[in-house]
Amino acid sequence: MITFLANPQRFMDLSRWLAPSLGVLAVVLACVGLGMGLNAPPDYQQGATVLIMFVHVPAAWLGMFAYACLAGSAFFGLVFRHSLADAAARAAAPLGAGFALLALVTGSLWGRPMWGAWWVWDARLTSELILFLFYVGYLALQAAIDDEAKADRAASILALVGAVNLPIVHYSVVWWNSLHQGESIFVKGGPLLSAVYLWPLALMALAYTFGFGALWLTRIRAEVWRRRAGALAVQAAR
Amino acid sequence: MSALITLLRRELALAWGKGGGPLVALAFYTSVATLLPLAAGAAPQRLAAVAPGSAWLALALSSLLSLERLFERDYEDGALDLLSLGPLPLEAVSAVKCLAQWISTGLPLAALTPIAAIALGADPRLIPLTLAAALLGGLGFSFVGGIGAALSLGSRRGGVLVAVIVLPLFAPPVIFGAGAIEALADGLNWTPGFLFLGGYCLAAMALGPFAMAAACRNALS
Repeated sequence: MITFLANPQRFMDLSRWLAPSLGVLAVVLACVGLGMGLNAPPDYQQGATVLIMFVHVPAAWLGMFAYACLAGSAFFGLVFRHSLADAAARAAAPLGAGFALLALVTGSLWGRPMWGAWWVWDARLTSELILFLFYVGYLALQAAIDDEAKADRAASILALVGAVNLPIVHYSVVWWNSLHQGESIFVKGGPLLSAVYLWPLALMALAYTFGFGALWLTRIRAEVWRRRAGALAVQAAR
Repeated sequence: MSALITLLRRELALAWGKGGGPLVALAFYTSVATLLPLAAGAAPQRLAAVAPGSAWLALALSSLLSLERLFERDYEDGALDLLSLGPLPLEAVSAVKCLAQWISTGLPLAALTPIAAIALGADPRLIPLTLAAALLGGLGFSFVGGIGAALSLGSRRGGVLVAVIVLPLFAPPVIFGAGAIEALADGLNWTPGFLFLGGYCLAAMALGPFAMAAACRNALS
């Protein structure tokens, strides 16, 4: 799979149709998921605010998933010195930062009616914030170095260093008991969530994932085109 | 081995030589600790509640600011090129530089941390643990912060960039160290936090030099 995609031309041929189809799939799934979510009965404790879950939880997942993609691309970029992997890492970071920020903002909007506070310093919120700061650090480092290849490699090293943070984000729920909703979906004996909420949540999670895939592929394509344009400009100047 | 010792002596001589060395870091630490009561209010009870944590935070900040130029000077004057050609691998060079940073700046800062905590109103029986945590934490701060210093070589922005890269990485030691001291202050079991801090610092010492060396090679290439 990886070696197949490592050929830039093959990647461009594949992503040419894969990116838009993933995008269409994401929009359809999001419409269905949001429709089902809107028709779900209000929660007996949370009322209508439970709807925020359908936007918030997938964003938090994707924030972490995008970091895994970023770290994976960074690893391939560092080890195999493949320009496509560098482009993929470069393309994933702003998307992941966006998802993490979305999770923070929607979580804050959800926390105000439920906990009575915009923000509480609980483990998961703090870890998500730190994840967001990691993205910011990655983007800042990449922007600060002029030489593109050097910037990519330095940022990739940072991404791998930061990958240590990812398990801490996930297991912080277990490490520190907290105010935040504990793990309720992937637990022994099946999900604690009732099916009326689980289905829309699953559809939204898929929609977010496909949406991320579509945007990521498009950004990688744009990055490849940008490099080709740069190479052509150098050639023309000779 | 002798090459390692020579390098360590060079680093220590440079750190203690011109420019004030650790005194600047100590002055910075004192300034931060002075601003805290001015910002948070000088009421003894309020101050005592945050004293151990603030002393710990000030330690993190002073460690960070004193190591931002850990590799920069050698990079600018070409010494890093020579070191990369020398008999020692860059991993060992980075580890020795971080160790020298800890000896020259981390130890004095660690000695100052309990004093600042007491001045802010912390319970004197916290002194031994605060000192031990500061010694251990300083080692972790130095090895983790070195990664940021090495990564920012050749970049257009210096200090702020290092801070943005490194401060999120400081989160676990800050949590564990302050957590252990808080736990002792509350009469709880402080060992888990302290052991976690130790584990984090050992991991930083084991893995950090590889990241630093990779970053230096990238900057030199």
